Amino acid sequence: MKQLVILSGKGGTGKTTVAAALAHLASEEMDIILADADVDASNLELVLEPTQIHQEDFTGGQIAIIDADACIACGICAEVCRFDALIPGDEFYDVDPISCEGCASCVYQCPEDAIHMEKQQAGCWFRSDTRFGPLFHAHLFAAQENSGQLVTLVKQHARLLAMDTDAKLLIVDGPPGIGCPVISASAGADMALLVTEPTVSGVHDMERVLGTTEHFGVPALVCINKADINPARTEEIVSYCAGRGIEVVGTIPFDTVVTRAMVQGKPVTDFEDGPVNEAMREVWKRTREALLG
Amino acid sequence: MIITVASGKGGTGKTTVAINLALAVASASESASGQPQEVAGAAHKGVIFLDCDVEEPNAGLFLKPTFTQREEVGILIPEVDFDKCTYCGRCAEVCQYHAIAVVGQKVLVFPELCHGCGSCTLNCPEGAIHEVLKTTGTIEIGTAGPITFGQGTLNVGEAMSPPIIRQLKQRLVPSEPGEELVIIDASPGTACPVVEAMQGSEFVLMVTEPTPFGLHDLRLAVQVARDELGIPVGVVINRVGVGDKGVEDYCAAEGVPILMRIPLDRRIAVAYSEGIPMVEALPEYRQQFLALYDRLKEAMVS
Repeated sequence: MKQLVILSGKGGTGKTTVAAALAHLASEEMDIILADADVDASNLELVLEPTQIHQEDFTGGQIAIIDADACIACGICAEVCRFDALIPGDEFYDVDPISCEGCASCVYQCPEDAIHMEKQQAGCWFRSDTRFGPLFHAHLFAAQENSGQLVTLVKQHARLLAMDTDAKLLIVDGPPGIGCPVISASAGADMALLVTEPTVSGVHDMERVLGTTEHFGVPALVCINKADINPARTEEIVSYCAGRGIEVVGTIPFDTVVTRAMVQGKPVTDFEDGPVNEAMREVWKRTREALLG
Repeated sequence: MIITVASGKGGTGKTTVAINLALAVASASESASGQPQEVAGAAHKGVIFLDCDVEEPNAGLFLKPTFTQREEVGILIPEVDFDKCTYCGRCAEVCQYHAIAVVGQKVLVFPELCHGCGSCTLNCPEGAIHEVLKTTGTIEIGTAGPITFGQGTLNVGEAMSPPIIRQLKQRLVPSEPGEELVIIDASPGTACPVVEAMQGSEFVLMVTEPTPFGLHDLRLAVQVARDELGIPVGVVINRVGVGDKGVEDYCAAEGVPILMRIPLDRRIAVAYSEGIPMVEALPEYRQQFLALYDRLKEAMVS
């Protein structure tokens, strides 16, 4: 089983559009499993018409809880907390659950033993069926931490099923950025497909995410979305990639068909023929060759 | 006045809205100095811009700031003084992140797991732990024309953005809201880096696009700002022209004011691709961003 993660650095370059198209095209040739690793803004489910068959709670970190009766409002908890999570009061202190990082420093310093830690439900994860294959996805509750942990959980379940069912390919739709959820999404990947766009920020962010995949030893491919918005910058990306020995597996033109397909809840390759559809097929063909030979 | 620009979904135009709002208000304030108060945008003494998308900071590509200060920042991680350590294991016991372990006559610190809470230091009965800075990023501060500009940058390979966002805000956000306009450009998503950016803001401006993805992620971002943090929100819809009515219907049903609509216009996309701010490439937008600012102030009061 090979694991492909789709990343971009910059948001909104078309990760999910590419992931859905590859899911459609790959499923015509082999058994695949899908995982949406963008757990705080999961969109893959919106274009795959999933039927949910399993749901489980995700318990993230813990937060501190103060027993108001035992608290003497001495303020030591607020002094030791480095996350400004304690709300002072005359009678007793309170914890701001959003700021609390769950370090328990206050628990150990409280002279009255008035604080304890409690596990919090931070989200849920799902297994769904789609016509392209099983999809693992999740919803992190608003303002929660531990998104990296939830990404890891979603991927673990996807990998287990892939191994049980002898699936050939696991496609992971990654989050934007380069931080904790991206690192979790990339762990164990055989290859990363970076979706970029020919803009100053697209290029800047691609370079940083390339640094991240290199740092973790994941080989990368690049595809350039909305390539005709700035042909000169597209060329710049192509030569930059050539200089670093990174294959550009395709360029996709800007076309409102992408949005129209999204509105209909369909992968663009499963919507209508045209230049975008053709370009996506080329991206899949070359990604498959690079990844599966 | 402190405003965070956020979105949920990436690539909807957060940075575009944030920098153009900053440029429009800053130049209006400049040209209005000594003039009657009715000039739009004249109410603010200065504009402070913070790029808090520390994983992928982009605002500087458009505002082209000159930096005068550069500082390495990070978190404080434990360092063990082995002359004092008795290997009692208390540090490992209190650490909630498994970032420190005692194995026989060894203490192992895992810096990438450490949140810098300091609990091990406080709990060591021998006083054998002190803390050292582990650099995870940088903060740069300078100016971009009349705008005070700051950005944080997470080092490649590092996982945790919130400490950098927190420290950038400590440097630049005035502790008492004053007459400056503070604009915070947040990262996409709805998790801890976004919360860290929004906290303490008086208003969150959500930039979205009229598509199912835009709507799905806007809902989540509104939950974070309005429902969890209790901050008033308003919406800018970008790339109006394709897509559907979902965002408009949602805003009407939820009572979220739509403060600006930006059409899908290839000229805007081309200027963006070159790093040219909209108000410079298409000057007619200067007035529209000032109007956005006025509507934003009205929305804040109501």
